[in-house]
Amino acid sequence: MSRLVVRKTYKLFIGGAFPRSESGRTYDAEGANVARGSRKDVRDAVRIARQAGPGWAAMTAYNRGQVLYRVAEMMEARKDELAALSGGADEVDRAIDRVVWYAGWADKLAQVVGSANPVAGPYFNFTVPEPTGVTGILAPEPPLLGLVSRLAPVIVGGNTAVVAASEAHPLVAIEFSECLATADVPPGVINILTGLRRELAPAIAAHMDVSALDLTGADGDVAELERLGAENVKRIVRGRPDAQSPYEIASFLELKTVWHPIGM
Amino acid sequence: MTKTKREVARRPASAAIPSGWEYAPAPESRDIVRVNESYGLYIGGGFVEPLSNERYTTIDPAREEPLSEIAQAGKADVDRAVKSAREAYAERWSNLRPSERAKYLFRIARLLQERSREFAVLESLNGGKPIRESRDVDLPLAAAHFFYYAGWADKLEYAFPNRTPRPIGVAGQIIPWNFPLLMLAWKIAPALAAGNTVVLKPAETTPLSALLFCDVVRQAELPPGVVNIVTGDGRTGAELVSHPDVDKIAFTGSTEVGKAIARTLAGTGKRLTLELGGKAANIIFDDAALDQAVEGIVNGIYFNQGHVCCAGSRLFVQESIYETVMAKLKRRMRTLRVGDPLDKNTDVGAINSKQQLDKIGALVQSGIDEGAEIYQPPCKLPERGYWFVPTVFTNVAQSYRIAQEEIFGPVLSVLTFRTPDEAIEKANNTPYGLSAGVWTEKGSRILAMAQGLRAGVVWANTYNRFDPASPFGGYKESGFGREGGRHGLEPYVQLDGE
Amino acid sequence: MATAPVLPGGFELPLEPRLPRLGSIDAVALEARAAALATRSIKRESKLFALDLAIRVMDLTTLEGADTPGKVSALASKGIHPDPSDPHIPSVAAICVYPNLVPYALERTRGTDVNVAAVATAFPSGQSSLDVKLAEVREVLDAGAQEVDMVIDRGAFLSGRYAQVYDEIVRVKEACAGRAHLKVILETGELGTYDNIRRASLLAIAGGADFIKTSTGKLPSSATLPVTLCMLEVIRDVHEETGRVVGLKAAGGIRQAKQAVQYLVQVHETLGLAWLTPDRYRLGASSLLNDVLMQIRKERTGRYQNPDYFTVD
Repeated sequence: MSRLVVRKTYKLFIGGAFPRSESGRTYDAEGANVARGSRKDVRDAVRIARQAGPGWAAMTAYNRGQVLYRVAEMMEARKDELAALSGGADEVDRAIDRVVWYAGWADKLAQVVGSANPVAGPYFNFTVPEPTGVTGILAPEPPLLGLVSRLAPVIVGGNTAVVAASEAHPLVAIEFSECLATADVPPGVINILTGLRRELAPAIAAHMDVSALDLTGADGDVAELERLGAENVKRIVRGRPDAQSPYEIASFLELKTVWHPIGM
Repeated sequence: MTKTKREVARRPASAAIPSGWEYAPAPESRDIVRVNESYGLYIGGGFVEPLSNERYTTIDPAREEPLSEIAQAGKADVDRAVKSAREAYAERWSNLRPSERAKYLFRIARLLQERSREFAVLESLNGGKPIRESRDVDLPLAAAHFFYYAGWADKLEYAFPNRTPRPIGVAGQIIPWNFPLLMLAWKIAPALAAGNTVVLKPAETTPLSALLFCDVVRQAELPPGVVNIVTGDGRTGAELVSHPDVDKIAFTGSTEVGKAIARTLAGTGKRLTLELGGKAANIIFDDAALDQAVEGIVNGIYFNQGHVCCAGSRLFVQESIYETVMAKLKRRMRTLRVGDPLDKNTDVGAINSKQQLDKIGALVQSGIDEGAEIYQPPCKLPERGYWFVPTVFTNVAQSYRIAQEEIFGPVLSVLTFRTPDEAIEKANNTPYGLSAGVWTEKGSRILAMAQGLRAGVVWANTYNRFDPASPFGGYKESGFGREGGRHGLEPYVQLDGE
Repeated sequence: MATAPVLPGGFELPLEPRLPRLGSIDAVALEARAAALATRSIKRESKLFALDLAIRVMDLTTLEGADTPGKVSALASKGIHPDPSDPHIPSVAAICVYPNLVPYALERTRGTDVNVAAVATAFPSGQSSLDVKLAEVREVLDAGAQEVDMVIDRGAFLSGRYAQVYDEIVRVKEACAGRAHLKVILETGELGTYDNIRRASLLAIAGGADFIKTSTGKLPSSATLPVTLCMLEVIRDVHEETGRVVGLKAAGGIRQAKQAVQYLVQVHETLGLAWLTPDRYRLGASSLLNDVLMQIRKERTGRYQNPDYFTVD
């Protein structure tokens, strides 16, 4: 007996909800009508990401690690769906393991990246990492592993993210959003937009409230995006799609050095 | 105790109490420095004449007297310098044993210590900063910086766990005029320690200490081409930034120029670090150690004539102690000695250039026009030279230009706040994020404030302290990358997989 | 542990609201400021001014178990005419001696404007009963001393019995009133922190001190530039808030002219010229005078001097 399946409507993921593009537009990708995010969707996502920032950054590192680990749990539960929409089970396994790997970094970062500095004087001096802020990510291929590899280091450091999903393979990104939505990721910490890169990327790169930009997945005019990013001195990163290291996290961290006199 | 004194005066009349105690001039001798009539460009281990055939005059801003003729390096000159640096990188420096690199840097540190008085005098002569500061701050820190990074040269793998750091190549470095030699040290020391070679452009108005540094390079017997110095104005800097064979640009200067550099480098894949402007908040709580806080305010804004990117130019005073703090501050400002940079008792020296003096003047005028109340202590300024009286503005609104724009001069804007949250909010309400100051006796509040302030350096119960071991650099539009400490190596190395 | 003291009666009201935060001194910044002021380069005529002033504000002191009438007389003579070969050299402000030697000092200073100061109140430890201390004060006053240098009870202070410390000062002040000026020695080397130095300074001023004084000179650590800066800032605050003028006496460990100049620069740049008089500032010292005389002669002649040309008294 055949049964008519209930299809999913692929929408954006902003502020923990799944809105349609405010523009009402869609585009055809992987045989589905996928939301075609607009400049205004970028604006909304950035605003919400900015609002979510302080809360996420103020959460204890232990808690952030647990949230990330919970993301991995949710991915494991949706393994088959993710596999069907990405490069397959192997990509999903690697993506899940990557999230777990980064989850464990949350409460170790400050020890590895920070320092106590022996200055020549009666001062206690230490350096701690802090999140940069709202980070724009142009997710590289493969559509799941690329996205996760660039997103996880951004998030674990306490930043919030506005992600442009793979234009050609956006469905797995939305599937992944559903993992996020059920994994106690506070609304607005991760926002995922689908749509055309030529529309989304310049809007993200030019936004004055986006503090950092991951162009690893940029395929168009990188120079133009970097020029746009210069206007508010964005931290611009062009890494490897498959990288996994604490140095990836550090690329999206600020270092704050605090001095205090030592005296009686 | 006059009432218990007897009336018999044994003391001769000549010993009557004089009416004042004017400190006699105590000038540091400038004979220790020899300034050449003109300088070429330092390329490939020696001075060469500029192919551009252009020169300009560098002056003593305190006397408006010419000091020397300086080469204005053009495109061909910059190219020559980059080629020299490239050759030195490939053939001499990058494959030298790291422990040998370290010893060269140790040598430089020692030479700077040995010649520190000479450098200090030159720095004050060409830049206008008080000799007390160039002698006690700039020179010791510059030498310490080389000493610190010397030690890193053969220990880089310990700085980057699980990686084998490699040098990047040729670094183009552009530095400002406020701490000419110290900024040179901040740039050259980590670059060389990591195995890079450099082409450094000193600021247009303050090239002399960098040119004297070439003699230190010679005495240290550094291989030719490892350090190249090209002088000139912004055009020279632009040539360096756009040169295709430069692998990394490090810039310290204005946010405006920093953004232009970032745009120029867009898409090139060249590495970039920027240390840009600031408009730091210095926040005084009502429980602070007030006399020391006042010292911190003064040091925060009048140190080096306020030509400091991390200057505490916005003073936030808790309303409950506003009157007291202002009374103390004004009183303290009346003791500031403005004048000859070479006088050992000078606290505030000359403004670095006519251009900067005009800029400060215009911003101060805007403060008056916008309705802020100005205070300047009585002050006798020399007739010649560029001077600006230490200035404080009260009744300042957050929206005034003097509260928003970097003045880069001895001008303080005072605002008030009522609660810690308000202080954080106002302090962070700027595109900059280089530094901040907090004064309170309450430990938990210090830590909470330090956490809440979006700035790369937070000075708690102190201000304007620097150390080679301490990372320095900004948040937001104050730039990215750190100088100093282990973190200061990162901009000059490539890690695996990059 | 001591309990917090009830505010002693008579504690000047303008200070009272500030009592909870009397101890706000950042040690590192205070020391940095003192060190910065010490780098002032005082040359030529401004140095001569300072050296001359150093003599005029000097409390030439001898406080030894071996002191005798002869020693005190000699010292007094030296204080009146520090350099008999140079009529331009002024007299010192006072001769400072133990109570029993006051008459011998007065014998020489009579007819001059050099005062005699006596230490009292169980100097240097202050460990005796109030009655004994007051008796000693009355004795030196009866003997004719124009200035009394009392010590505070550090034991009481450090155990939190501020009211007792205050009370003693008040009682001594009552005894001195109209007869002699009162300098209150805090013995800062025993107080442990600058916070305590500030607190003790305020307590002494509230109790009626005409001068606050750093040290007895009997401890290895006595006057230092940060300590006097801390005390000067208290004096400044009190003056700004109440208009009351209080003097400072730096004592102990000041042996060289260069140090004396550093102390005077500090006063000059903290309280101004008005405080650079014997009425408001004193340097307590025993061996400083000859070094100052040597430096004056060096400035005048351009030759470095030999101590043998200056009398040891």
